[in-house]
Amino acid sequence: MIPLSHYLLVSALLFCIGLGGALTRRNAILVLIGIELMLNAANLNFLAFWRYGPRPEALTGMMFVIFSIGIAAAEAAVGLALIIAVYRHYRTTEVDKLDTLKG
Amino acid sequence: MATTIDQVFVNLKLWAVGLFPAAWQPLVSALLSIIAIIGVFATLFAITTILERKGLGRIQNRYGPNRVGPCGILQPMADGIKAIIKEDVVPRSADKLVHFLAPVVLVAPVFLVYSVLPVGRNMTPLDLDAGVLFFFAIGATTELAVFMAGWASHNKYSLLGAMRAIAQMISYEVPLLLSTVPVIMAVGSLSTVRIVAAQTGYVGWLPRWFVFTPWGLAGFILFVIAATAESNRSPFDLPEGESEIIAGYFIEYSGFKFALFFLGEYLGLFAVSGLAITLFLGGWSAPLSFLTWIPSWVWFFAKLLAMIGAFIWVRGTVPRLRMDQLMNFAWKFMLPMALINILAVAVWRYLPAGFWRWPACAGVVWLPYLALGRGLAGSKRVTKRVYRYAA
Amino acid sequence: MQWAFNIVAVLTLLSAAAALSLRNLVHCALCLAGALGGLAVLFLQLNAQFVGLAQILVYVGAVAILVVFAILLTRGADFSKQPALSPSWVVGAGVAVLVLGSLVAAIRTMTATGVLPSAPPLVAVRDIGARLMAEYVLPLEVVGLLLTVALIGGVVIALQEKRR
Repeated sequence: MIPLSHYLLVSALLFCIGLGGALTRRNAILVLIGIELMLNAANLNFLAFWRYGPRPEALTGMMFVIFSIGIAAAEAAVGLALIIAVYRHYRTTEVDKLDTLKG
Repeated sequence: MATTIDQVFVNLKLWAVGLFPAAWQPLVSALLSIIAIIGVFATLFAITTILERKGLGRIQNRYGPNRVGPCGILQPMADGIKAIIKEDVVPRSADKLVHFLAPVVLVAPVFLVYSVLPVGRNMTPLDLDAGVLFFFAIGATTELAVFMAGWASHNKYSLLGAMRAIAQMISYEVPLLLSTVPVIMAVGSLSTVRIVAAQTGYVGWLPRWFVFTPWGLAGFILFVIAATAESNRSPFDLPEGESEIIAGYFIEYSGFKFALFFLGEYLGLFAVSGLAITLFLGGWSAPLSFLTWIPSWVWFFAKLLAMIGAFIWVRGTVPRLRMDQLMNFAWKFMLPMALINILAVAVWRYLPAGFWRWPACAGVVWLPYLALGRGLAGSKRVTKRVYRYAA
Repeated sequence: MQWAFNIVAVLTLLSAAAALSLRNLVHCALCLAGALGGLAVLFLQLNAQFVGLAQILVYVGAVAILVVFAILLTRGADFSKQPALSPSWVVGAGVAVLVLGSLVAAIRTMTATGVLPSAPPLVAVRDIGARLMAEYVLPLEVVGLLLTVALIGGVVIALQEKRR
């Protein structure tokens, strides 16, 4: 069978792809995509530890992932609504151009 | 004898799988199911196209196709051959890869969802514990395919059609999902096989289908309306309204890819109809207790054809909605009614079995329905339409 | 199973990388959908049927569509000639590589290898539902409240400009 470390490696790579994207891209939507990928990498870790853990029948890791999916959906909805509101105001979605404090 | 005919396909598959070495058997079994699904439902698609064109023709007081073969029954073959030998035109400004992938992404999931539909006794290719969830999860990917098709074509009509289609599909997916919740609550399982098993008994002659309970009837109506909208059928066919935006998101497709979109749309319709039958109309069980000698798969497909006939009838008689009417209907009527229906099934579940839970449950559904209907009509006065002609 | 895992993992990582490196934002969103779908397959491989299907329903069916809508509403599809990367991208990439290095180091020195039970745990949806209604009922209510707040908040934020 697949060792636990393989899942952890995939998850670590995915997290760092997300982190790298969120830190280097200029478009706010892509930053949000990066954050989503990081959240999902964490979900993969939770499920892997649940499956390989000593007591899988406790379902703790799985419950964490279910709640995490719910929260991530809310986060995406509000985040994208914010991006659209910002775009209407400044006519840009590039994060390094949003540098004024005055509305 | 009756059981032999009922189980003929199951035994045939068992025999065919038995011919192979044990290591191959799971693969062969899966392949056989896939071939059966593709063969049966593609044939049904061909039958439906001719039924629809003939039926619509009769509704509109004309003959419909009657040139190819006796009474025109070979028309689907002619259509198919035409679609295959036509030139495949890809617009120069189109995004080639996404344009190519869109029909594939549309059709593949539609075939996948059939794997959880019980088409007969012991005839469920994939009996998942979360069958209904599987159906909706895989079905949700078609929205992305619609967007891919509309965006990749680089045509304003197709983009407009895709945006309309996605807005409509997302809006109606909420009531579609919520209207299945009462059934899941009543059965206590997401497995399609268990849902059908819960409806197989009879009270005297009459079946125990969920559609014959107050919440089941309301749920069935909500589900069918939402399903019509999900599969972009008339009267919810704004995304492809021919007179407004030509054909919507697949305007820039031709030849075989166009046929694939057509196929995907009809197969989606069959799939949601199949789910409606599974959830509310007792799946493969016979409608009356003395008709159980007819094989279970005959009943499933008879019900499916009846549903398709009803959809064709609706298409021929109801005019298209406006965009704002469509959205208002989804969010202000369908969604509250679906939520109230969940309350109704809770009332049904916790009242003792007997006569009184019928009026109580019906009241929970009917009174909000009246209030919502009156409230939404508001100050609008619906009167008889007056026709004014040029003098 | 190993080869299936390898294929799915490589495809997921590739499409995740594509989702954050392509210039055309719509392609990014489509790759994101691919990556999230691949992750759902990994969840299914871990025997988490309900979570995997919920992942497809929520992410591919809803979040990817939301992202696509946001891209079209902010005219992200007609991408500009300006650079896609922020000026300080070297620092960002450095941080990401550092985090990756430390994570990989931690995984390699891990002593607990995890014991895979010979029989995979059979998780019925019923059990999940029963748990949600018993031990996890407070988090469930909180998530419900959060989703309601997000729904109202999203509508209010997106409507704001109309009042002027």
